[in-house]
Amino acid sequence: MSDVKDTSTAAERGAALPAQSPPVDPAETAAAGEKAAAGGRLSWWHGDAGEGARRNLALIGVLVALIVIGALTRSDLYSNPDWVWDNVLSILKLASVVGVVTVGMTFVIIGGGIDLSVGAIVALAGVWCTTVATQSYGAGGMIFSALTVGLAVGLVNGLLISYGRLVPFIATLAMLVAARGLAAEISDKQTQVSDNNFINGLASNSLLGVPLLVYILAAVVAAGWVLLNRTTFGRRTVAVGGNPEAARLAGINVKRHTLLLYALSGLCCGIAAIMLTAQANSAQAAMANLYELDAIAAAIIGGTLLSGGRGTIIGSLLGVVIFATITNLFAINGLSTEAQNMVKGGIIVAAVLVQQVQFRSLTQFLNRNRLTTT
Amino acid sequence: MSDEQPEETVVTDAPLVEAPADTVAGEVVLRLTDVVKTFPGVRALDGVRLEVRAGEVHCLLGQNGAGKSTLIKVLAGVHRPDSGTVEWRGEPVTFANPQAAMRAGIATIYQELDLVEDLSVGENAFLGHEPRRLGFVRRGHMARRTRQILGRLGHAEIPPNRMVRSLPAAGKQVVSMARALSHEARLIIMDEPSAVLAHDEVGNLFRIIRELTAQGIAVIYISHRLEEIREIGDRVTVLKDGRTTAANLPARDTPTRELVSKMTGRTIEYVFPDRPAEPPAGDELLRVDGLTRAGEFADVSLSVRAGEIVGIAGLVGSGRSELLETIYGARRADAGTVRVAGRALRPGSVGSAVRAGLGMAPEERKSQALLLGEPIYRNVTLATFGRYSRAGFTDAAKERAEADRIAESLDLRPRDVRRPVRTLSGGNQQKVVVGRWLLGDTKLLLLDEPTRGVDVGARAELYQVIRALAARGVGVLLVSSEVPEVLGLADRVLVMREGRVVREAPATELDENTVLDLVMAGSLMEGAPA
Repeated sequence: MSDVKDTSTAAERGAALPAQSPPVDPAETAAAGEKAAAGGRLSWWHGDAGEGARRNLALIGVLVALIVIGALTRSDLYSNPDWVWDNVLSILKLASVVGVVTVGMTFVIIGGGIDLSVGAIVALAGVWCTTVATQSYGAGGMIFSALTVGLAVGLVNGLLISYGRLVPFIATLAMLVAARGLAAEISDKQTQVSDNNFINGLASNSLLGVPLLVYILAAVVAAGWVLLNRTTFGRRTVAVGGNPEAARLAGINVKRHTLLLYALSGLCCGIAAIMLTAQANSAQAAMANLYELDAIAAAIIGGTLLSGGRGTIIGSLLGVVIFATITNLFAINGLSTEAQNMVKGGIIVAAVLVQQVQFRSLTQFLNRNRLTTT
Repeated sequence: MSDEQPEETVVTDAPLVEAPADTVAGEVVLRLTDVVKTFPGVRALDGVRLEVRAGEVHCLLGQNGAGKSTLIKVLAGVHRPDSGTVEWRGEPVTFANPQAAMRAGIATIYQELDLVEDLSVGENAFLGHEPRRLGFVRRGHMARRTRQILGRLGHAEIPPNRMVRSLPAAGKQVVSMARALSHEARLIIMDEPSAVLAHDEVGNLFRIIRELTAQGIAVIYISHRLEEIREIGDRVTVLKDGRTTAANLPARDTPTRELVSKMTGRTIEYVFPDRPAEPPAGDELLRVDGLTRAGEFADVSLSVRAGEIVGIAGLVGSGRSELLETIYGARRADAGTVRVAGRALRPGSVGSAVRAGLGMAPEERKSQALLLGEPIYRNVTLATFGRYSRAGFTDAAKERAEADRIAESLDLRPRDVRRPVRTLSGGNQQKVVVGRWLLGDTKLLLLDEPTRGVDVGARAELYQVIRALAARGVGVLLVSSEVPEVLGLADRVLVMREGRVVREAPATELDENTVLDLVMAGSLMEGAPA
């Protein structure tokens, strides 16, 4: 929500507008802005723009609390700064693959849908790009095939949902089953080893001390943030998820956009498939199991509304990192994954409850404010 | 009708018409006095009076948005009134929740029947108060009592163990009534019960209602169909803008014109901008030929010139909103063509309509037009943000500047375009929706009930905006159930009834009474004057 300074081209583009909308004088615009500010504007913190920021700060609070718990329970490890830095990197590495999937999932959920097939798409794309035939084309061929498979499966999801009018839950549930089946068929239920050093190196190599996988995550998150907050694609996503009828009557092609959202999610799965293959130096039909639940949970913790129309990329990223930190916390304390899953379940419920309370108090605040200013 | 002297138009501030109270014999069971209910930004009920007697069918008339739904919800215990009194069988009451209203003997049959489709008839009739023993439902007892109630309703043929899903709409309605009777209801509120019924089923509904009233049960009957009110009703109360404008009129003898003018009656504050001295003679912008959608409207042809405001008058159910949405491509026509500036629009494609320069402000602002949680400026630029983008990147600063300009010109309050739209009042929300189409090169604006739920001051402003648009050469096609609005604002008027255009004339050649007669014809008029 930052103010982009754009005085140089305002007049020029104003002149290009049709006759009905006279060119905007930058000075006038500024004056209007000042008037608006005088008209009882909420500060950004209390206003709607601050809602996402408040939510994300709460998540950072949770993250800090988890780290403090880690430092208290394993003070021996935390006393070593090198270990702490390495641990941060391993948490981020742990978060990277699901993180990429979650970015796509966040778009789908904001757009009013759900994608249950992401784990299966990752497995299918992973298996596809590690067949002997594909590997013979080298790293470029493997990456191309993983991305293409992800995109293609996503497009099929999108076609079924937008033009076939299937409920997203059903369409992607069917795809979950079918894609895993196809992956098992292609791999003949075998683990396919990747012999490609470039691919395998994506997981083992670092740049400036930071694993390459973390850079990939950072790049996807940055691209996702820009796409959601700064492009017409992102604006359409919010409109289509927030009020499909209003979007349609405003001339937005809701069906086409829905199709694109699932394609985007599939593409993210293709990227994740390469990352996961690199981590394991292999791929198999059972990989990325239950990633759909991790991604949905992370998005929801991050403040994405399951009914659509609201959500942030940063919130989803924080959700993924919180989950990875919990896993890490249990690992360094040598605790079981069973206990870990119970805690994760509790965190999902707690996060949603807290957000509901926040949202209610915000609404009340706005109502009060409206009554006093009008 | 044209040779009759036009009557004085009744204004809402005129004294309340009170018919002699002895037209119905039963004792008064329900009396509402000056009931007020407000929601943020809206006065949904603003002084409602209502008196219902045992054994009568009391009809409630009013336009959409007149407050009927809110009134029903107050009586059903869903809402609590802010002020005023509700007297039920002689005692002032406030129902804490719908169950309390049920227990007191007030049952409500909503338009969307609130039945559980996958439970049986008996289970639905006794939903929430099943006869029990030791925690087990007494199924046999329940079936017996259900059969008994269905018999009372004259529908003993419906088996109590039948799944509700498998019943036709009329049968489901009977189940809803059975539920009301299972609560020993003394008052049954029916919200447009005939809307879901075929014509011959309505007769059966009326027979049931007569049996209920013969047993001393009072019925509040809501319908837009005047013939029905004449047939089944005893007395009529008319609501407009949350107020009772007429109470206890005799349902059979009150002239149609009087009823309709109470419903739609002019508010004296309406100020319409002057029409241009010359009738607009721009090029033909919109040409609709033989447009038909089965069950909604048939064979509608019309045209709109650049700079012209064409108004469509008609009641709910006349097909007017459906017509507008079909022209806009939001519904697909069964037959007929829509041409804009000579080029045919792709049927069923809003995108094609918007590209051709059409814009629409739909009937339901909140559900059809706004992203309530999003800031004002993003709602204003919802149809145009692509224009301000470069290479797919939005230009929020430019959008805010444009939205600010629109906010300024429409006098939006509060002015800050970063506020979420849900914090605005109804009138200001409507300005946002209309403002959306002031950006960009909209050639033809379709307005569906642009002033519904909009206060008087904002109305006059909206009228000015619409007229100013026309003066700039924009064509406007306006739908309104308020006849004075159509006559005051439009250059040319089309009157719709039951899906057909029954009259087309310059607004200056029509008066309110003529239009009202055309709109409401059927029960009184034999053959509308062409």
